Amino acid sequence: MSNPYIPFASEIKAIIPHTAIEYTFRMGYVGEVHPGQFFEVSIPKYGEAPISVSGIGPDYVDLTIRRVGRVTNEIFTYQPGRTLLMRGPYGNGFRTADYAGRELVIVAGGTGVSPVKAVIDYFGTHPQEVASLTVIAGFKSPADILFKEDIARWESQMNLIVTVDQSEDPAYRTGLVTKYIPDLTFSQLSKAAAIVVGPPVMMKFAVAELKKLGITDEQIWISQERKMCCGLGKCGHCRMGDAYICLDGPVFNYTEGKKLLD
Amino acid sequence: MGNLWNTAAAARLLARLKETYDVYAPIRFPGSGCYSDTDTVRYGQPDSFEEIVWDKKSDYSFKETLLPISDTILYFTESDTRLPEPKKPRLIFLRACELNALKRLDEMYLHNGPADSYYQQVRSKAKFILMGCDRSFPSCFCVSMGTNKAQGYDGYAHLSGQELYLEFTDASLLSYTEGLEAPAASQEVAYVTDGQEPVPIPEHLPEDIALNPLWKEYSGRCIGCGRCNFVCPTCTCFTMQDIFYRDNDQAGERRRVWASCQVDGYSDIAGGISFRKDQGERMRFKVLHKVYHYKNRFGYHMCVGCGRCEEVCPEYISYIGCLHKLAETGGEAYE
Repeated sequence: MSNPYIPFASEIKAIIPHTAIEYTFRMGYVGEVHPGQFFEVSIPKYGEAPISVSGIGPDYVDLTIRRVGRVTNEIFTYQPGRTLLMRGPYGNGFRTADYAGRELVIVAGGTGVSPVKAVIDYFGTHPQEVASLTVIAGFKSPADILFKEDIARWESQMNLIVTVDQSEDPAYRTGLVTKYIPDLTFSQLSKAAAIVVGPPVMMKFAVAELKKLGITDEQIWISQERKMCCGLGKCGHCRMGDAYICLDGPVFNYTEGKKLLD
Repeated sequence: MGNLWNTAAAARLLARLKETYDVYAPIRFPGSGCYSDTDTVRYGQPDSFEEIVWDKKSDYSFKETLLPISDTILYFTESDTRLPEPKKPRLIFLRACELNALKRLDEMYLHNGPADSYYQQVRSKAKFILMGCDRSFPSCFCVSMGTNKAQGYDGYAHLSGQELYLEFTDASLLSYTEGLEAPAASQEVAYVTDGQEPVPIPEHLPEDIALNPLWKEYSGRCIGCGRCNFVCPTCTCFTMQDIFYRDNDQAGERRRVWASCQVDGYSDIAGGISFRKDQGERMRFKVLHKVYHYKNRFGYHMCVGCGRCEEVCPEYISYIGCLHKLAETGGEAYE
């Protein structure tokens, strides 16, 4: 009988710092994986933490990790060449086919950009697969902006709006992501699709703004971040109502997602 | 057909069974209660069949015989990772409500997502002996839950006075009785069917029941100790925990330990976000799981009506009282 808790060793191929406490760890991995799925990443004797996939390559996955606890503190002491233990990928993730031919809008806040980053990358490099692509990414301050190198590349690939909550520096757009949603226009509203990922409050208000434009629940997808100790539908921490985020999510069409209550 | 066992014959049978099985049953732990000079009744390995407690509901359920409170799943030594040794097969004495709870544990650990190999290892080799119930205990409402009867056991046990009746339906267990002198007998399985206070089980709760103000009552009353979860035979949550040994940080373990949705930290995620900060929300999360959300997912109720949570709460919060309130606020009850 196979043991789903046994992790495999994966080598750190590169470390890309974004902010003082957020780095992307490029981990060796070959296998099927979708944006928005997650791995349980661990260091023996320190513990496990669920980390979502922020980038996908032929022989690697990017995991963007925030240094906030016992496990992640230890991970941040590691250098390329060392190995971490991983198991996964878990969860459903985003399926790019859901957005094919659509006028796609992605609204993401803070670390919520991580789980959709591989979706942005995919349609950024396959622009012919969507009718249009708009990305609204919000961060607290200029110092909190993630994926700066990627953002520079995205500028030429899509309609990109990066905003920070507050800044004195005129080089940055300011305001919450919701400020930019009313200005969105669609040539055909029925072809619109939206992905919203971020803190719970941000998702709530971003969805409300999108719906004011006439976008329906069926056209919206969200991704939920919850505590996950197992990723296997066992530990119970991620349950919302009758859904297990690790099995049924973390990505939900809003027709289902709106019913989920903590 | 079964047999009636006197003390001497029963002792020989138990000794034989113990060669193969760790035998678990509700037994008394003197002086280990929460208050001075009080006992607890919980699962342990009895030295004789006389130690099995029949006249009281166990304070804690049978679930720890399959899912220990703290269970090591991996051992780490330097760069080496090792699995724990397989556990010895278990022979478990339990009541009808708990055999129904076993189905809920199986649902989570074997069928909700991939099968859990640790649970499967213990579960596949475990044998279950149903303990007959002559009468109901305080707070029992198995009849209302439809869990007063059970299926899928490997044997049946009943004590009347000093007389122990044992009937093994499992052929491998039956072989342990060969050559032992115990008069043949036949008894019907004793189930509780009446004499309980009926509890209304809400069957048609409105979709917005989570937003009902009735949960607010519990915000101030519940102290978030988690005892209700730990005594529950159907609560299965755990938290992963890594440790290293104090005198050798090159060696350690990964364990899973019981978790409670009522206790702080249960839902905390990176960045300081936590969900359900209010105890009333946590009560709602637990109660609706037992009689609403679980059924939406699996087609039958999670709660088996053992009433342990009712007995154990230090704040005298009544789960049964809560079910009555739910029935009043829209959930049509069935009797």
